[in-house]
Amino acid sequence: MSTTAVPDVAVTPVGAGFWSRTRKVGLVLLALGLLATVLFGALATGEQARFTLSEDAAGAALKVDGTVGAIVFGLITLAAGGTMFTGLPRQWFIPVLAVGLVAFVLSFLCWQVSAAPAGQNFMPLVNIVRGTFLLALPLIFGSLAGVLCERSGVVNVAIEGQLLMGAFSGALFGSISGSVWVGLVAAAVGGSLISLLLAVFSIRYLVDQVVMGIVLNLLAVGITGFLYERLMQTDAARYNSAPRFSNWEIPLLSDIPVLGPALFRGNIFLYLALLLVLVIHIALFRTRWGLRTRSVGEHPTAADTLGVRVLGLRYRNVIMAGAVAGIGGASYTLALFSFTKNMIGGKGFIALAALIFGRWSPSGALLAALFFGFADQLATYLGAINSVIPGQFLAMLPYLATILAVAGLVGRVRAPAADGKPYIKG
Amino acid sequence: MSEPNARQGSPDKEPASEEQANRSAIDNTERAESASVPGGAGPRPTLGRLFLENLWAANTFTVTLLSLVLAMVVGAILMIISDPEVLATYSYVTARPSDAITASWTLVSEAYANLFKGSVFDPAATTVNTALSPISETLTYTAPLVFTGLSVALAFRGGLFNIGAQGQATMGVVLAALAGFLLPLPPVLHLLVAVLAGALGGAIWGFIPGILKARTGAHEVINTIMLNYVAVYFLTWLIVQNGVQDPVRTDAISRSVDASAQLPRLFGDGLRAHAGIIVAVLATWAVAWLLNRSTLGFELRAVGANPDAARTAGISVTRTYVLIMVFAGALAGLGGSQMVLGTTAAALTPLVVAQIGFDGILVALLGRVKPWGVALAALLFGALQAGGNRMQSYSGISLELVTVLQALIVIFIAAPALVKAIFQLRAARTARLQTSLAKGW
Amino acid sequence: MEPGEIHALLGENGAGKSTLMNVLYGLYQPDEGEILVDGRPLRLRGPSDAITAGIGMVHQHFMLVPVFTVTENIMLGAERVRGGIAGFLDRRRARSEVAEVSQRYNLRVDPDAVIEDLPVGIQQRVEIVKALTRDVDLLILDEPTAVLTPQETEELLTVMRSLKAAGKSIVFITHKLGEVKAIADRITVIRRGKTVGTASPEASRDELAALMVGRTVRLTVDKAPAAPGEPVLELSGLFVDDDRQIRAVDGVDLTVRAGEVLGVAGVQGNGQTELIEAIMGLRPVLAGTVTLAGQRIDGWSTKKVLRAGVGYVPEDRSVDGLVKEFTVAENLVLDIYDRPPFGRGLSLRPDEITRSARERIEQFDVRTPSAEAPVGTLSGGNQQKVIVARELSRPLKLLIAAQPTRGVDVGSIEFIHSRVIHERDNDTAVLVVSSELDEVIGLADRIAVMYRGRIIGVVGPDTPREEIGLLMAGIIPDATGGPPDAGSVPDIGPTATVDADPVAVTDADTVSGSGVPATTDRDVAAITDGVAPAAEGTGSEDEKDR
Repeated sequence: MSTTAVPDVAVTPVGAGFWSRTRKVGLVLLALGLLATVLFGALATGEQARFTLSEDAAGAALKVDGTVGAIVFGLITLAAGGTMFTGLPRQWFIPVLAVGLVAFVLSFLCWQVSAAPAGQNFMPLVNIVRGTFLLALPLIFGSLAGVLCERSGVVNVAIEGQLLMGAFSGALFGSISGSVWVGLVAAAVGGSLISLLLAVFSIRYLVDQVVMGIVLNLLAVGITGFLYERLMQTDAARYNSAPRFSNWEIPLLSDIPVLGPALFRGNIFLYLALLLVLVIHIALFRTRWGLRTRSVGEHPTAADTLGVRVLGLRYRNVIMAGAVAGIGGASYTLALFSFTKNMIGGKGFIALAALIFGRWSPSGALLAALFFGFADQLATYLGAINSVIPGQFLAMLPYLATILAVAGLVGRVRAPAADGKPYIKG
Repeated sequence: MSEPNARQGSPDKEPASEEQANRSAIDNTERAESASVPGGAGPRPTLGRLFLENLWAANTFTVTLLSLVLAMVVGAILMIISDPEVLATYSYVTARPSDAITASWTLVSEAYANLFKGSVFDPAATTVNTALSPISETLTYTAPLVFTGLSVALAFRGGLFNIGAQGQATMGVVLAALAGFLLPLPPVLHLLVAVLAGALGGAIWGFIPGILKARTGAHEVINTIMLNYVAVYFLTWLIVQNGVQDPVRTDAISRSVDASAQLPRLFGDGLRAHAGIIVAVLATWAVAWLLNRSTLGFELRAVGANPDAARTAGISVTRTYVLIMVFAGALAGLGGSQMVLGTTAAALTPLVVAQIGFDGILVALLGRVKPWGVALAALLFGALQAGGNRMQSYSGISLELVTVLQALIVIFIAAPALVKAIFQLRAARTARLQTSLAKGW
Repeated sequence: MEPGEIHALLGENGAGKSTLMNVLYGLYQPDEGEILVDGRPLRLRGPSDAITAGIGMVHQHFMLVPVFTVTENIMLGAERVRGGIAGFLDRRRARSEVAEVSQRYNLRVDPDAVIEDLPVGIQQRVEIVKALTRDVDLLILDEPTAVLTPQETEELLTVMRSLKAAGKSIVFITHKLGEVKAIADRITVIRRGKTVGTASPEASRDELAALMVGRTVRLTVDKAPAAPGEPVLELSGLFVDDDRQIRAVDGVDLTVRAGEVLGVAGVQGNGQTELIEAIMGLRPVLAGTVTLAGQRIDGWSTKKVLRAGVGYVPEDRSVDGLVKEFTVAENLVLDIYDRPPFGRGLSLRPDEITRSARERIEQFDVRTPSAEAPVGTLSGGNQQKVIVARELSRPLKLLIAAQPTRGVDVGSIEFIHSRVIHERDNDTAVLVVSSELDEVIGLADRIAVMYRGRIIGVVGPDTPREEIGLLMAGIIPDATGGPPDAGSVPDIGPTATVDADPVAVTDADTVSGSGVPATTDRDVAAITDGVAPAAEGTGSEDEKDR
């Protein structure tokens, strides 16, 4: 995005030196730390907050006294904020920020877990980690679809539609054929169909890409909703009972504490998502395809003068993106639930947020997706322990975080320069 | 470097041939058209003439009509392939084609006939009420869409893409409803306050992306999308709070808006049409005046078309951006307020605003971001909604088909070149019909 | 084209040079006609065909991806890969290739530098290396010197000579006569898309110029001697940053008096743009003051500055000057739409706007189908006239005109110049900024030369071109105060590099024809060359820390 503000009045920013970004962030951390130490510390109870390494209250656990934990972690946040405020070398910015934020979250958790109703003063880490990944799955696929599209210069607001179409066609064709694999392929094709429309209309007919994305989302909601009511509701057994992928346990890895049961006893989609992040990351930054894709997203004219087929590459990448998102949609219908109307419910837009928050890079998008997934999982958990924190506010977190990121408060995000601009061959 | 050189120069500059010039004009043709045709400085056309101009603006109208036709054709295909009985007749289509054709025709024609009867006029109507009912339904659905459509269109003209009409409408509905059941006010005043509260809610929600855009350059598309969801979660949280939630219910529904804050009905108690549609017409007029006859509108259009030049000419771009978003938000908020103050619902539920914000984007595009065009487009969408309800209950065709139709119409509108190719229209007539505003993040 | 030949393609702006070369490079398709290479017709379907045929091009606007490194840019499209279909980039090999080529032709570039951090001169070098790594025989250089300082231009010419020595052919597109004469073996002149003649480099400037524009040009402007009055615009100690938070204006002091034209000469990108934008309130003034008729105006909004009686013709009319989608009439009131009689309160009065537009169109000879035509449909010259008409239609104390005749036809140039002089004669102070030295010399009563954000000399209009040229290159003549109009040129050749240690400027500005002592930066000796304007300020942290 063109992140240049448009200054109107010549305000003299001579004093800009003092309020550097580091200082501002430091101040925010200080405030958070204070909040954690005082408020969380006061509200936490003397109960032990137990973070169990299993799926329930049983087994080994990390234990900490609620009040002590809340205050100690709050102080760590304060310290991080203080360090940042007084200034520190640039390469330390991210680590210190991370420490500060993680400590804040831990302080928060100490409070929450210790203040939970009697007998529930524990947090099963396996569940939390597994849930985080599970909830992040569509986000990972979706934001990867975004990466593929936007790195080659096509804005993808249609992620929601691609996920939905993937989920739908996966369910439909999986049910009809009775094969998960047919369903998986159908899901990829379904997602690609939405992508194909996005590609044709934005590349060939030069329709604004954001407009097209919005319209395609509505189209996907309409078509899947219509066919759902006509087919799946009338004959669910035939059209909406797709087989599901079973969980595959990976030997050795699945024995790692916490991570093992959470990550390596999952289904194909989890493995596929992680693999795709890796593959796309390497491909984007280390291969010819990646170099060309990035050049097309940054400066298509330059790429064209060097013989790169701009439009062809864009078509290909956009359609590939659809396939990736389609598979992401199938991670619902071929593993968890049967199809319901509008079942993606805004996940596509969180995926878009993850893409932006992750600064248009596959690994960044993965981290952002996990962060958003964690927020989501935390909301569920807090709901279960009757927390005073309303789940809705945690659900807002991804969106608020993205707004802050885009406003330049958490580092500056810069989209590929040609993102959203149709290329017209001169 | 230099201008004429640039005109015929390298590819990153201006296009070389006439054809390319036409193609690349897409970015701004629409705005150019809209900026110069109704705006301009010529003798002011009357409202009626403006209305007609928009209606009959030759190629625009043609393409719109043809897009509607195309969308309905695709809709028909969807109906046929999703009906197992009709589809069965196609298995022996070579043997007895008449079966397939008859079955398809019956299905499709009945569905579309119901669409018409539900939205415009039912010939079987016997009483005044049943005769007026379709129109009344259409107007009920039209009113909020006019506001959200205007909201998106106004921002568009100012160079901003307001995808946040949904969120702004949500905040509008929240404040309007709160004012509607929390404030004990006398009848007329109560309604007025509730409506203004709705506008205020939307304005606040528009102000945020506006100020962020102006101050930090943060892209309004991203921020408005994000704020949409923040608004939804806020709404779902708010509904279940004490004092807001309906005391006798356990599910997510709020108390009902007092009768004193509800918009009066137009055709008596039996019909749902309410005064909102009148407000909508007034709003359309006001937006048209604002855009074309006011200094603020001049600034807004200048900023929308070329922020650099506007700034150089002393127009405050940041102030204009903020104002645009506040106005756009207020409009969307007004649209939202009708969802509880009108006859659609009287209480907040998580889905109370339906899709009016997103539909507003489609309406704005269909109306070519001109106020009266938007009003007409909203009317069409309102009719589709109203007709869709009847189609659902009488023909068993899911209401979702209407969403499909709406999306398709806009897709076709957005790519007139495609419509042109399908119908072999003469090139010159549609060359300048692109609706687009190429804008990256 | 012969092998090892430098062929100059000379033509006025918009003559069709770039288009021709884009056809040759396969970017545009010819409507008719054919291209012969080694006697065989060649059909180019795209740039890759051209590259295969051994044709390389350095575009006027560089075709470099700003966020890529030099190596990445050079690799793009001709990547060396390993690993079969996976196609992993072989960066090491690419880097060594870049190093090898830049070594061979003496084009120093750092293979790992990121393009957006490099100065334009180096970026151009990257472009040339890019073409050379593709083994081209014919290199097209499209207006390569437009953005270069004289020093960089000189280096480029050296590079061209060494390429020629290596047997490469070069097509050199330009509209600058001096460079053509310095380097070309053969010259083809193009006007309005047609070849109007060929010439040898021995032809005189006048001959070439006449061929180029089609009639004998008059570079001088008729004007009476100026009668300067009170100072109107006074700048003192002005510091301004550019968009990348790099110091662009570095302590400028300048005075413009009523009834005189002060011309600012200088190679583009030496802070002129930022200077003017700072005066107009379009860019923050970091330090120093701007005074208009005795009143401080720094920190004012643009609107307030305009209202105070400043007329402004911006440098790039299609970006800053006009709203192309707006009508001519609307553009004519772009900065006074909210003033009576055009606007009152919130409401706009279109009838008044149209009426006044008709008058202006008449008065300023704007050729437009109507006042209601979108301004984008007008020719460049007429668009510029619309801006001039708008700015000169209100009472002014100060007129600032940046590149007032860029990309404008000869007829309009004369018209615009005469209006500017007319405005001066009405006792308005006029500040003209132009990268065309001839324009500055023709219009100005005093000339300030800007180099690296500083005014390094203020001279009279009769100062020899060469001397001003030297100042533009940052070389302060060994001036012990010799009156400029005496025409004493220091013994530094026009191609001298800036390494010559400049002596502190004393009174090179001395006294212009009007006898107004001009203020000059005092510590000019400190700037010498090579030291990029200090990029201080923490603002750059955000820039780098993405």
